[in-house]
Amino acid sequence: MTNVTAAIAQEEQILFEQTKRKQRYRQFIKGVLFLLPSIVLFSVFLFYPLLRTIYLSFFLTDASGATTVFVGWDNFVTLFQSTIFQQSVKSTFLFVLYTVPLTIIVSLFLAVIANEKLKGIGFFRTIFSSTMGISVAAASVFWLYLFHPTIGFLNIIMEVFGLEKIGWLTDPSWALIAVSATTIWMNIGFTFLILLGGLQSIDKYLYESADVDGAGYFYKLRRITIPMLSPTLFFVVTVTIINAFQTFGQVDILTQGGPQNATNLIVYSIYREAFTNYQFGSASAQAIILFIIILFMTIIQFKLGERKVHYQ
Amino acid sequence: MSYIELKDITKSYHAGNNILEEIDLTIEKGEFFVLVGPSGSGKSTLLRMIAGLEEVTGGILKMDEKIVNHLQPKDRNLSMVFQNYALYPHLSVEQNILFGLKAKKISKTEQQKRLKETAEMMGLSDLLGRKPRQLSGGQRQRVALARSVVSEAPLCLMDEPLSNLDAKLRAQMRVEIRRLQKQLGLTLIYVTHDQVEAMTMGDRIMVLNDGKIQQVGKPITLYNEPANLFVASFIGSPKMNIGRAEIKEAPGLLVNNTLAFSADARLQEALEVHKDIVVGIRPEHIQPATHYEATHSLEVVNVEQLGNETSLALDVGGELWTAKWPGQWEIETGHLLEVYISQEHLSFFDAQTEKLIRPASFSGHGEVQAI
Amino acid sequence: MRIPIGRKVITYLLLILAAFLIFTPTLMAVVMSFMTNQDIMTGSLPSAFSLDNYRRAFEQFPLLHYLINSFLISIIIMIGQLVLASLAAYAFVFLEFKGRDFLFYLFIATMMVPFEASIIPNFHTIRDLGWIDQYTGLTVPFFAMAFGTFLLRQNFKQIPKELREASQIAGMGDVKFYLTVVLPVAKTSLITLGVYGFLTSWNMYLWPLLATTNDNVRTVQIGLRQLQSQEQMNDWGVIMAGAVIVIIPTLILLFLGQKKLQRGLTEGALK
Repeated sequence: MTNVTAAIAQEEQILFEQTKRKQRYRQFIKGVLFLLPSIVLFSVFLFYPLLRTIYLSFFLTDASGATTVFVGWDNFVTLFQSTIFQQSVKSTFLFVLYTVPLTIIVSLFLAVIANEKLKGIGFFRTIFSSTMGISVAAASVFWLYLFHPTIGFLNIIMEVFGLEKIGWLTDPSWALIAVSATTIWMNIGFTFLILLGGLQSIDKYLYESADVDGAGYFYKLRRITIPMLSPTLFFVVTVTIINAFQTFGQVDILTQGGPQNATNLIVYSIYREAFTNYQFGSASAQAIILFIIILFMTIIQFKLGERKVHYQ
Repeated sequence: MSYIELKDITKSYHAGNNILEEIDLTIEKGEFFVLVGPSGSGKSTLLRMIAGLEEVTGGILKMDEKIVNHLQPKDRNLSMVFQNYALYPHLSVEQNILFGLKAKKISKTEQQKRLKETAEMMGLSDLLGRKPRQLSGGQRQRVALARSVVSEAPLCLMDEPLSNLDAKLRAQMRVEIRRLQKQLGLTLIYVTHDQVEAMTMGDRIMVLNDGKIQQVGKPITLYNEPANLFVASFIGSPKMNIGRAEIKEAPGLLVNNTLAFSADARLQEALEVHKDIVVGIRPEHIQPATHYEATHSLEVVNVEQLGNETSLALDVGGELWTAKWPGQWEIETGHLLEVYISQEHLSFFDAQTEKLIRPASFSGHGEVQAI
Repeated sequence: MRIPIGRKVITYLLLILAAFLIFTPTLMAVVMSFMTNQDIMTGSLPSAFSLDNYRRAFEQFPLLHYLINSFLISIIIMIGQLVLASLAAYAFVFLEFKGRDFLFYLFIATMMVPFEASIIPNFHTIRDLGWIDQYTGLTVPFFAMAFGTFLLRQNFKQIPKELREASQIAGMGDVKFYLTVVLPVAKTSLITLGVYGFLTSWNMYLWPLLATTNDNVRTVQIGLRQLQSQEQMNDWGVIMAGAVIVIIPTLILLFLGQKKLQRGLTEGALK
């Protein structure tokens, strides 16, 4: 009798296992189906191109992009020996150095003064965030005028102060600075908006408690605001750095990489190599270098960020 | 007639680490069954396994004589009330109540009929057009109950449904849920961590700790004859006082090196097989020495006046024991207090196995009044 | 707490100064777009108000055509992103299946690959598919979006899982739950993501430059580049009129959705 029930129980157990497995399989199929559109598009337009870029970087190609000769590391070797590419890398890093700290400092300053509860503050916030709504093309056109050698606003001001006119976009020592200024201005909107959001999410009680303790404005700024804002700052720094490495539009409209390649930032260099010179192999090698730099930056950011950032 | 049957049910997320072990249980039709235990005891997991929201790792789950281990929640013909009510925030009260009926494609006229009945029963008729965020906590709770009622499922599962309400409302809803269950003849499985809820609502209670059944029984049985130390201290508020006991030649028994009791031969005999013994005594059994002659005197550490009763913290050999005296008593802290403690009110537990050796012999009989 | 009057004055002064500095380039462009070329070239203050520049921008260039293209492309990308991101976020939050964590890391990994580093094969893909100068070529590559998926995942996670369980007990399937509960409940974050998607698509530059060779599907950004280079930087009034037209839709969208955007982006970015 007990044997019979035990046998039945065993049979049932097997049945359960089967239905369980079937249900899990169905869950799996369902999950994959929900993710399929994204996975397919990522594969076609992200993962495949990445692998293909690596592949291309070891070849010479014809104008249509078909591989012709396998050259191994030659593309990379040539790149590192090329003064133009060295210049491009140098410019890119200088550009990051010019734009990132200034963008953050200016935006943080704006966010702090726009976080006060004052009448009409909404108006100022709108103005400060406005550059986020201005496209690269439009912004570049605005600044193209400001930098204009004769009728440009900046040189008019220089004149007023009795200074010599500057060839903002034609002088190799000024061009990168001019492109950086445009970029900082463009970035302010987004960075400001995110930092303001970060400031607003800081618990008001912290400030009230500091007030009770008699802390001054700058003490609170240094001891509460900045530490509590560190996750947001961390995010903003990462995004700004990555964006800086990906700069293209400003260069294309303002300087086309000139003068004397002073503003030939890496993405512009890739663009020119691939779509003007049709050197897809060499362009791919540059793209791989860009990818590695960004990957490296992200990893460093995360490693450093993990330790230093104060998470709530 | 047994309606729900659990046979050797186990649950584990990782092999060798069981959340629930060897759960054997039957629940009768129309019974109000309470699962109680501290957080992490596995009570919610067990409920969710019955609901079909969690997979059963091992064992057999039967409903109405049929094995349901593999059935989807929707095929188990039950309703469930969640702790956070799980109301759809973008739907009105009416749409919330009808949500399940629509999903089951029940006819429009039937939907409206049931909606009208339920709304009236739950006092929601005037709120049908509102959104959940426009309701008070108690009203939301009622919508959640209505959703369960309207489904007309014979089995209802409730997962800590009252824990988001304030104390007053909770007391009121306890009565309402109990009445609803009787009125509709529902089989109700109710999960709570609150032993008061368990005691006041359940026909039967199962105490769960660490994934193991501690005891199943009627509320009064659990109170009077707790199967082990865990149940003894979990059920009842303030909790049972626990003390370490030693058997002495004469007078017989010494608790916490302070309280001496005489032990008759039968008790001596019963206790002899156990090495270490723990005694327990309910706070109401440390009585004022007014009707009886004082047996012990203890130092008063703290006095809490509750109006209808007085709660005393007493020092018993370095441990704090609680006594609960009906009425109002003017007692000063720091003094010695004369009390009456009868040996008959002591429950005995084995210190190693923590199992009950002998319940308080007095409490089982005579104290429960039947009318 | 009340702010002391001295600090109030200083803050206002700083605010006004900063606002002036930041808004100058935009303001200048707007003013110039209404000035005559004569005034601009001589560097004088505006002597007359004229809409001539706008008229000429529309007459001499297919600006309206570009605008329509940009609208269509931005809206298609926005919808595509919303559909794909919400489906993916649903799977990550409400579905439990083997390999889910792996796929999640895969999504994170996509954020490390800059689009610029993969434009060469992408250009070839589009070309081989015959998608150059097609709406598909300008939109489809941007549908899948890790950032949007994370933002919505964050939001979906705030939907109590009991809602899903209650619907399971009621017998509702995943697709229906996604459509009738999750999407309506997460409406706000969908709007936020939509606004963000529209903004970024409208402002796209490099890809439309590569993927369009004629006016057929050319976007307004590339149109502006065209306008600027063809005019040889002489007719600044017309160029500025074009630029102002380009930024108006995004500025309106930004002003309307600023608060939501701010909250949404911070949430998606930081949790």
